[in-house]
Amino acid sequence: MKAGELIEKLQVELSAGATGLDNTVDNAYCGDLLSDVMAHAPQGSVWLTIQGHQNIVAVAVLKEIAAIILVNGRIPDDDTRTKADEEGIPVLLSQDTSYQVAGQLFKHGIGTDCG
Amino acid sequence: MAELEKTYTVKPRDFIRAGEVSIQIQSLLKSMGVTPDIVRRASVCAYESEMNIVMYGGEGTFTLRVDQDMIMIRACDDGPGIDDIELAFQEGYSTATPEYREIGFGAGMGLPNIKKNSDEIQVESHKGEGTCLVIYIKIN
Repeated sequence: MKAGELIEKLQVELSAGATGLDNTVDNAYCGDLLSDVMAHAPQGSVWLTIQGHQNIVAVAVLKEIAAIILVNGRIPDDDTRTKADEEGIPVLLSQDTSYQVAGQLFKHGIGTDCG
Repeated sequence: MAELEKTYTVKPRDFIRAGEVSIQIQSLLKSMGVTPDIVRRASVCAYESEMNIVMYGGEGTFTLRVDQDMIMIRACDDGPGIDDIELAFQEGYSTATPEYREIGFGAGMGLPNIKKNSDEIQVESHKGEGTCLVIYIKIN
């Protein structure tokens, strides 16, 4: 699935990083501790987090994460949006919890072939 | 593989630019044709050591050296040094401030992540003088 397809399928809002909407999403990871994400997030993931500060973009770039969804109605800092635009990492906004969004992703077949 | 040595400066407490050196290193390794798996491991090592300098270190110097069969990352700072190196490598142990924890740092996984993603790691730290972390990743 392309990152851009998440917008309609999950009813999320695009906040920044539109140039990365063609990134391929084939997995997902939930986490708010950055080193945990560095340790465990598979490449090509959509990353669900409450962290809205700019450091999430560097983590996403370094882990080859396809897109970030800020859950629970969180909004990104302005610096985060700027960096996401520069790096082409889509930042999407959801009012739902990580659990709810993860469930939707699973229904759409994301990450279902992982152990 | 072309031989290369490059040095970067990392500023303490500069969260705006934190991670930029690691992203530059990632791009450089990719452009040199290093295999994706090795680039991913080097990226984790670079980021964790860069963030250690940003959060805990003083003025930091970051050196990347790539030769035929090895990537070396040397991250040195003139910060307060590490009190107990063995403890610092224990997963879950962290001296992060509450402010750092609120933004998702301080999981106590920085040095363990570096250890897992490298082939060899050397730490030299002296109280009040600083810390030098040298990380080796085999290319083949």
